[in-house]
Amino acid sequence: MNLIFFILATLTIVGTAAAMSLRSAIHCILALTIGLVGLAALYLLLGAQFVGFTQILVYVGAVAILAVFAIMMTQGASAPTQPILSSSWLTGVSVAVAVFAVLAWAIHASASTQTAQPQPEVSVNQIGAALMHRFGLPLEIMGLLLTAALIGAVILAMPEKKETL
Amino acid sequence: MAASTDWIVRNLWLIPTLPILAGAAISVTKQRHRVFAASLAIASMAVAFLLSLDAFLHVLSLGHGETLKQAININWFQFGNEWVKLGWLLDPLTAVMLLMVTFVGLLIFIYSFGYMAEDENCTRFFCFLALFAGAMLGVVIANSLLLLFMFWEIMGLTSYLLIGFWYAKPIASAAAKKAFIVTRIGDLGFFLGMAWLYFQTGTLLFYDNGAGCLEHSALTAMLVHATILGLTVSTGIGLLIFCGAAGKSGQVPLHVWLPDAMEGPTPVSALIHAATMVAAGVFLIARIYPLMSAHIPSLLTPTIALQVVTWVGAITALFGSLVAVAQFDIKRILAYSTVSQLGYMMIGLGVGGVSVGMFHLITHAFFKALLFLGAGSVIHGCSGEQDIRHMGGLKKYMPITLVAYSAGMLALCGFPLFAGFWSKDEILHSAFAWSVSSIPFYMGAIGALLTAFYMTRQMYYVFFGDTHRPAHHFAPADDKLSEGSHGHHAPHESPSVMTTPLLILAVFAVFLGFMGTPFWPWFQSFLEGEQAVLSVAPFAAAWRLMLISTCLVLLGMGFGWKLYAGKIKQANEPDPLQQLQPRIFSVLSHAFYIDRIYAVTFVRLNTVFAHLSAWFDRWIFNGVVQIVSKIVLGAAYVDNFIDKYAVNAGFDGGCETVSYSARTLSLLQNGRIQSYLRTIGLALIALAILMFWGAKP
Amino acid sequence: MSPLNGYLLLSALLFSIGLAGALTRRNAILVLIGIELMLNAANLNFIAFWRYGPNPAALTGIMFTIFSITIAAAEAAVGLGIILAVYRHTRSTDLDQMSSMKG
Repeated sequence: MNLIFFILATLTIVGTAAAMSLRSAIHCILALTIGLVGLAALYLLLGAQFVGFTQILVYVGAVAILAVFAIMMTQGASAPTQPILSSSWLTGVSVAVAVFAVLAWAIHASASTQTAQPQPEVSVNQIGAALMHRFGLPLEIMGLLLTAALIGAVILAMPEKKETL
Repeated sequence: MAASTDWIVRNLWLIPTLPILAGAAISVTKQRHRVFAASLAIASMAVAFLLSLDAFLHVLSLGHGETLKQAININWFQFGNEWVKLGWLLDPLTAVMLLMVTFVGLLIFIYSFGYMAEDENCTRFFCFLALFAGAMLGVVIANSLLLLFMFWEIMGLTSYLLIGFWYAKPIASAAAKKAFIVTRIGDLGFFLGMAWLYFQTGTLLFYDNGAGCLEHSALTAMLVHATILGLTVSTGIGLLIFCGAAGKSGQVPLHVWLPDAMEGPTPVSALIHAATMVAAGVFLIARIYPLMSAHIPSLLTPTIALQVVTWVGAITALFGSLVAVAQFDIKRILAYSTVSQLGYMMIGLGVGGVSVGMFHLITHAFFKALLFLGAGSVIHGCSGEQDIRHMGGLKKYMPITLVAYSAGMLALCGFPLFAGFWSKDEILHSAFAWSVSSIPFYMGAIGALLTAFYMTRQMYYVFFGDTHRPAHHFAPADDKLSEGSHGHHAPHESPSVMTTPLLILAVFAVFLGFMGTPFWPWFQSFLEGEQAVLSVAPFAAAWRLMLISTCLVLLGMGFGWKLYAGKIKQANEPDPLQQLQPRIFSVLSHAFYIDRIYAVTFVRLNTVFAHLSAWFDRWIFNGVVQIVSKIVLGAAYVDNFIDKYAVNAGFDGGCETVSYSARTLSLLQNGRIQSYLRTIGLALIALAILMFWGAKP
Repeated sequence: MSPLNGYLLLSALLFSIGLAGALTRRNAILVLIGIELMLNAANLNFIAFWRYGPNPAALTGIMFTIFSITIAAAEAAVGLGIILAVYRHTRSTDLDQMSSMKG
């Protein structure tokens, strides 16, 4: 295995672990960003350049910022006074550990016959062509979804009008 | 027997129907329309009388021989494969009975209108009277024993209603009950005989073109084999039917109801208990005489049935006249006299045949009705007084009644040339000549002596001597329930509506006997379907007996005159005969204590049975019912228990479990997203494990 | 351990971390972030299988991932909008207190 892989993996894990365990929400988001960047790098390592860049654009550039905005609007920016973990956090942690155990065991138990393969060459042209031809319908549905999400988010976030009776 | 197309024969059924319809119409009339009700009843009786006259003339015109019997039978209903028929019969016996019943009935109806005018229930009285008349006429014309029995029972019903007419008096309603029950005992025998007859011959019609139960073929069939005690079937049936006749005609031992039946109004006593209903028993025996007298031709002695009839009649004749000697109620004397005379009629039927018994029945109807109506007139005139010790010297107040009553009294005693003389003589003559024994003759002769004696006694007490009725013994003026009371204080003659029938009957009492004298036995020949011959020949055989009976009558009257004429001055003086023989007198006045004997034996037995039945009902039947109900209740309790604790509890438990599980499950839903997520995570793990484990080879 | 297994293990780990965060943090936004992480882990899984799968020329993994990212973004937007709306009502983002759907 590659050293790059391990470094990037460590980065990602540290970032995400921090994102889930830091006290201040803003710090969590910042740590998340690091983790997401690490993931993007992994995508690049795997040869899916388009996806990697899309990851940075969308996740880091939009989702993380959005989360920061949300945190700031909900007064999560100040230091939290209450406990950060929910009352039955141990159950949650154990569930997560169990899930990991099951998954790891499944991965370990499955026979792996793949050996090193040559890096597939994929161009944006190919992706675009695939989007238009083979995945045309999902594309359109995505459009619809995004429109709906857009409208929904706007409505949700709008200040409520006080109805005068 | 030719089927006649004469109008009267075809419409003979009108004769009983008209009074019954009148009775039905009167039953829905309001009580205050007395004149209307009485007129309707009297009119129906008058029309019935005219129709009976027409029937009588028709039979007269037919001449002689067997063709005299004409019957019309109609199909009534089907019983199995056969038709039950009923019909009516017109023959000489029917004709004379119809005439007598309608004529005497008409006179008594007219009399009743005067007698019951002040009674507030006059309308009801005429309704019952009309119904009775219809029933009696139905008995007379019935050609079927079943139809006769039905009318017989209706007569019993109306007798009950009329005896207990003043039902508010407990003694009257008790007397009515007694009459009904005692005659019912006789009717039980009647019914058994009827059933046996039907079983034996297959028909209950008397005459039916050769197929009737009184005709030759049926009778010979009944003589073939013997039944119980060596009697023939015809004798057995005859004896059973005689039980019914004995009950209705007051023969000993079923006579006890007749004296008590005097609680009814006097016209009732006259019509029903003297002239007609009690005579119905005699008429019944006359009707089924072929059955009673059917015997194997080789036998010369009379049949057992007729012998029994004669002996019972003889005992009754003697008994009645003995008891009448010691009575003090004017109607009771006449009642026991009726019992005695009915005994005579039975003797007549038994020893001499239908014509002998029927002759006395006809004459007796007239003079007994006359005597009762006269007694009613006396009671009415004395404002309700019935005790002869409180009457006396009435001859100067009620002359018409005296004349009529004397005519009746002489006829009853059998005074020569009066009606009773001829008829009673016939009986005594036949009894004397009876092949079995002469004892009935001697009993009848003693009875005739006693009859003359007690009637003379009664006459002296009521009409002669001084008026020895104490003033304070008057019936109270407002006592509407007793007879004839209307507030008058001195005895007086009755109104003409009452005395006219008396006089008419008196004429008949005198002259009716001449139709049956031995010199010209028109009546007897008419009944037997022969030509009557006027001749003096019978005098040679009969003059001795006529002399004996005349002597007996004069002897009896002489004794009466000796003991009673002028001897009674005060009401509370003891009776002269009582002074002579006090113990015998008291036995006689209590009618040989028969009523007491019955009360102690049968009535007490019945009471015991009643108590037994009551006990049985209360403890056994009631017990069973109680047990069943307790069982059911117990089952209900158990059911309730099961329902409450098992079913309910189970159901409740089930619901509780569901509730509890729901409550428990709802704990999962605590509204917190993260716990839902955890659950999903756990489910995912479980599913994954399941899949992997299942997929492992 | 093959490269694929390594990526898969990493993806599983990331998934578990995201799950742990989603199950334990009180702040609603951080729960959402945890969900995003889980999605990302899945994306990594897709790409890994595309790279080391039987038919990379079909671009299935990449397509899937693109769509997944799109959807995740849309979902994040709407989700945050919801959290903001809830915050306006209850003045808090504490998930433990939002149990009005109890029962």
